[in-house]
Amino acid sequence: MASASNDEIRILTPSGMLGYGFPVDHFKMGLALKPHAITIDSGSTDSGPQKLGLGEMTCSREAYVKDIEVLLEAQQATKIPVLISSAGGDGTNLHVDVFRDIIVEIAKRRGWSFKLASIYADIDKALISKELKAGRVEPLGPVPPLDQREIDAATVIVAQMGAEPFLKALDESEGVDVVVSGRSYDPSPTAAMAIRAGFDPALAWHMGKIMECGALCAEPVGRNVMGYLRRDHFEIEPLNPAERCTTASVAAHTLYEKTHPFLLAGPGGTLDLSQCKYEQVTDRRVRVSGSKFIPSNPYTVKLEGAKTAGYRSIFIAGARDPIFIAQIDEILAKVIAGTRAYFADVPEETYQIIPHLYGKNGVMGDLEPVKTPAHELCIIVEVAAATQAIATAVCNKARTSLMHSPYPGRIATAGNIASPFTPLEIPLGQACEFNVYHLMKIDDPTALFPIRYEQV
Amino acid sequence: MALVPTPLREIAKVVRSKNAGPFEITLDIVFKNREDFDAVKKSGVITKELVSQLYNVPTQNIITFGFFDLVNAVKITLPRPRPQGGIGETDMHAAQQHVPLQEIRIPWQAV
Repeated sequence: MASASNDEIRILTPSGMLGYGFPVDHFKMGLALKPHAITIDSGSTDSGPQKLGLGEMTCSREAYVKDIEVLLEAQQATKIPVLISSAGGDGTNLHVDVFRDIIVEIAKRRGWSFKLASIYADIDKALISKELKAGRVEPLGPVPPLDQREIDAATVIVAQMGAEPFLKALDESEGVDVVVSGRSYDPSPTAAMAIRAGFDPALAWHMGKIMECGALCAEPVGRNVMGYLRRDHFEIEPLNPAERCTTASVAAHTLYEKTHPFLLAGPGGTLDLSQCKYEQVTDRRVRVSGSKFIPSNPYTVKLEGAKTAGYRSIFIAGARDPIFIAQIDEILAKVIAGTRAYFADVPEETYQIIPHLYGKNGVMGDLEPVKTPAHELCIIVEVAAATQAIATAVCNKARTSLMHSPYPGRIATAGNIASPFTPLEIPLGQACEFNVYHLMKIDDPTALFPIRYEQV
Repeated sequence: MALVPTPLREIAKVVRSKNAGPFEITLDIVFKNREDFDAVKKSGVITKELVSQLYNVPTQNIITFGFFDLVNAVKITLPRPRPQGGIGETDMHAAQQHVPLQEIRIPWQAV
């Protein structure tokens, strides 16, 4: 295995998201530059709470197999470690095991052998309850305080690990080749490799922060990216020759999906980028220095969890008649009131009827600045109820009422809406909601994250 | 030279919105260069009060608001109107909530 010299550690990240695919030719160009590790993240809360709530993954199993096989092939050829974080998107134990099984399956099929570490991130609910009572759990941002009911309701709760569990996995068992982790702070694998080699943690976290998105820091944005971390700076360069990093693109990248442009909180501390210097080294490579890391005391980790919240059905309909469109709000209010009256036997607080009016305010709701509706509307009515059967029944009643309800000035007396699809009512299955997004104080940054080692 | 009210979408390089976690929405306005950034800042049009009005958020609930010269950008972070992806969601990624910012008129030199 190539070991980092005292002067430089090189990390290769093929993509900002495992499972999205990446150009293998650019990845191979990266391997030719003799990186000391390959890191790739697969985590995100961005596509919704259904992953944590229902055990879904961000990408298909087939997509993960494709990307992981390329990574393992590189590991076999170069013998450098491959670190994969936040398995499946949510990083639950369930998905660490799915990734572990994919890795074992590929290794068997290709006749490869290596040492695998699996790091888990599900957190025992009893521990969270205990820490909550001890006043060691706080909301992260505009989130209601946690209570026992929400802990119980969550399908599963994970915590974002820092660099420490990766360091432990690499140190504790001789020669680990592949690490697959549960929920992790996205930069953790890259930061761990650099911190382990003795480099400045502030630069390690900052480089990890940029690289976890692949070549999103380049212009145009891309996938494969190479980071060169040295004693007092790091350099970043995309591998696709058609892309370039500029001081502006690298500096501005830290804005993306972040609360603050240069204060980035993570496990164990906050990265302060306010004093950073960005220099153009070549027309495609940028040098960064001046990153600062402010450790937090006590150490905190972010908890993430989601619960199921009943069942949904929708119907989708078009409207084109200007006499109808001009009165749409009044007509819908009447339809909803009529539907609720019809289902008087269903407790009214147990279901919701929510219209989405595309062509009027479907995207921005009350914040929509344009008040004049378009010449045609797409009407989606969302019904959420305790069971799928009730959701669909309420949806059906609302649709037939909207189709046939009279309104002032109506001259199209055969029907009010144009239905594109069958089934006319579409069952969506279970709805989910994020209900845990809190910081928990911990004493030991590795204790919550058990590691399993095996020879594959 | 006469200044003409010009929408921000004709001045900025980037005007975008996105989730910052499931409970926050963050808005970025990135300028092409320091001159444009300084000119927009100096115009005094983009304020917490304007953001409060456009996004129906009390000023005290605004999480981040600032002109950041390190990146020639305005960054605004607000509480999400509802937790991401729950019942009644209209924009899972909060990727299309930037339009009110695009339409802000800045007194700008006519081209």
